[in-house]
Amino acid sequence: MIGRIVSLGRRGCEVLEALGRAGQFLAQSSVGVPSREGWYLWLRQMHFVGVLSLAIVLVSGLFIGMVLALQGYTLLVDFGAEQALGQMVALSLLRELSPVVAALLFAGRAGSALTAEIGLMKATEQLTSMEMIGVDPLRRVVAPRLWAGFVALPLLTVGFSVVGIYGGYLVGVEWLGVFEGSYWSNMQASVDFIGDVGNGMLKSVVFALVVTWIAVFQGYDLVPTSEGISRATTRTVVYSSLAVLGLDFVLTALMFGGFS
Amino acid sequence: MKRSKTMELGVGLFMLAGILGLLFLGMRVSGMAFTTPGDTFRLEANFANIGSLKPRARVTMAGVTVGRVTAIELDTDWYDARVVLELNGDLEGQLSRDTTAAILTAGLLGEQYIGLTVGGDPETLVEGDTIRDTQSAMVLEELIQQFVSNMVSD
Repeated sequence: MIGRIVSLGRRGCEVLEALGRAGQFLAQSSVGVPSREGWYLWLRQMHFVGVLSLAIVLVSGLFIGMVLALQGYTLLVDFGAEQALGQMVALSLLRELSPVVAALLFAGRAGSALTAEIGLMKATEQLTSMEMIGVDPLRRVVAPRLWAGFVALPLLTVGFSVVGIYGGYLVGVEWLGVFEGSYWSNMQASVDFIGDVGNGMLKSVVFALVVTWIAVFQGYDLVPTSEGISRATTRTVVYSSLAVLGLDFVLTALMFGGFS
Repeated sequence: MKRSKTMELGVGLFMLAGILGLLFLGMRVSGMAFTTPGDTFRLEANFANIGSLKPRARVTMAGVTVGRVTAIELDTDWYDARVVLELNGDLEGQLSRDTTAAILTAGLLGEQYIGLTVGGDPETLVEGDTIRDTQSAMVLEELIQQFVSNMVSD
């Protein structure tokens, strides 16, 4: 009995320690005077996590917008309210689907790659040798990746929303025959720039922070073996997805729950 | 740093696309228009019951949108609802003093909005005036009650 309580306490301490390490790690690596060299490193990571993730994010956005319009139309047409299709597609994309789905895709596409890359650097002792020659690996390896993630995901989210709304337009207006004017005007009447677009972007910034942080920290903190790398990559995707979905509920309750 | 030029171009285009997308969300999706402040004027109207009228609802005249509702509050002098309307500035001095305001419903289940109808008074409404002649929102329960009591009395 006592032994169980002791092991519970040990687990608690370990979790707290890991959280503390992660916080320290974030604080140390995200502040750093950007030099010309650092700018190039950031650009390179931006290309990798941002530009190369565009294809999967935009294609997913198109299909999600199309499926929303199709589902929404069959639901709304029963009430004779298919004019509200644009409003439905835009609000569900901007408030909910774009930030969440883009963050999940980002965790799978870019987050896992970041973990594996940094993990392999650690396993092959590249990080240690950097420290030996006096280069701070937090600044040289981690900081550009963190900042690239922070900037790239909100931008990808915007792309997701725009393409999704056009996907909805394609299915709703061109195929199912909703009047074009009411698609756009109902959308414009109901979407508020600060309240809907702004809050969606805020969500996406929070998700970017969390997902990139988890990915980079898991890579930096893993057991440097091949098994450790595979475990850490899995953990990145699982933890980021759970964190995104859990935080999404909290943020939605705060933003749209009317508890202000 | 051999391929950095094309990479820079890619990242630059990516960020530009993001900013353009945000602009699109602002202009096209949320319908933000850069209206200069000052070309509107305010009117007030008291209603016995506003139903489910909300701030930002449309104000129309002959079906044309001419303004929006900016605030709704309880008037504790009369215990009715005071609705503040913001109308296009070019209507100032054009609406007669006996203009009526009614709360209308778009469709059977649609949103509620305010419809204005001009009267024949030569004097006109200006900034801050109150519309006297108003018609409350249609409340379904009251309508049914009226209908039932009429049936009983017949």
